[in-house]
Amino acid sequence: MASLGSPLRTLRSLLRELRYVSAQAGRPYRDMAAYQHLREAFRAHRITSEKLCRAQHELHFQAATYLCLLRSVREHLALHQEYHAKGERSTEEAAGLVGLKLPQQPGGKGWDP
Amino acid sequence: MWRSCQRLFYARPPQAPRLCLTPPVGGPSLSLPGTARTYTPPTERKRFYQNVSISQGEGGFEINLDHRKLKTPQAKLFTVPSEALAIAVATEWDSQQDTIKSYTMHLTTLCNTVLDNPSQRNKDQLIRAAVKFLETDTVCYRVEEPAGLVELQKNEWDPMIEWAEKRYNVEIGSSTSIMGPSIPARTKDTFTSHLASHNMWALQGIEYVITQLKSLILSMGLIDRHIPVEKAVQLSRLEEEYQIQQWGNVEWAHDYDLYELRARTAAGTLFAHLCSESSTVKHKLLQD
Repeated sequence: MASLGSPLRTLRSLLRELRYVSAQAGRPYRDMAAYQHLREAFRAHRITSEKLCRAQHELHFQAATYLCLLRSVREHLALHQEYHAKGERSTEEAAGLVGLKLPQQPGGKGWDP
Repeated sequence: MWRSCQRLFYARPPQAPRLCLTPPVGGPSLSLPGTARTYTPPTERKRFYQNVSISQGEGGFEINLDHRKLKTPQAKLFTVPSEALAIAVATEWDSQQDTIKSYTMHLTTLCNTVLDNPSQRNKDQLIRAAVKFLETDTVCYRVEEPAGLVELQKNEWDPMIEWAEKRYNVEIGSSTSIMGPSIPARTKDTFTSHLASHNMWALQGIEYVITQLKSLILSMGLIDRHIPVEKAVQLSRLEEEYQIQQWGNVEWAHDYDLYELRARTAAGTLFAHLCSESSTVKHKLLQD
């Protein structure tokens, strides 16, 4: 049931996610500890004498899980910022949603706003 | 300063979205001073550090924010047993931009829960809570109508149950009754002893995944690397997916929940795996 895809694809997507993270930190992603750790781990498991290497599959699964974590956190945060982060709309914005404008009353409204 | 964010730093219970609108009190007799009261989200802590790095101490690996050591909400030193986990936590802290959004740092939350143990549960209580989920396991709890959903549940969930029964040599079965399936005691004992073989850290991660997915069987599938995280989340949300196909997808609710569940599940699974592994590299020489 586990179709993880190719390890190369997982690694590439992981590097992409790390690039997003490092773009926010402002530093090149190659400096990140996570990048170096991943690179060493993938290199160490590349060559193996066994055909069906359990350790390779374990590493790939871990990498895919971490990729899922990074990706989901990023998408969740994006959705949160877009829909749930801005608080209540002011009356002007709410009116503007349907194309209306609040009336300007130079003399004041007659009661406290 | 950490205590004010205590609620946000623990893995149990799952956090509700932070939309608590305070309705204005009173009616026409209300006299608000100055501007109208609209809801603005509470201000978050700013990112106060530039660099995040890890270092090794006596208890394990520690996280350094600039020159300060990271502490848990109960002011204990933040140490993790695994280097990969420490790197992942450091990446979480490093990915905070301007403000610290602690609800995105799932691995940190899990570590805090293990280190502080705010609900003060020991290993037995944790295992009992986890195995208790089997009685109301999502994949065992079937509906009788609509026919499309019944079919979908049969096709998607039956293979999981079969896999679990074969893998652990137990009987589980499924049920349409409101009481749920009746799990034989031997099954519960098997799972109890299997869970007891993990250490406390991994166990917290596993219990977290079970609580999120509402299913022991799906969590075992994840821990045993039988299914990937996306598939487990899809199986856990099967009824929602069915309804989405029928009635349409609402991005700000469905996708929002989907990504949050995926993030939490992936964090719990990764946490459990990183805390229970010990890797050795054996170099073999090429022989001609």
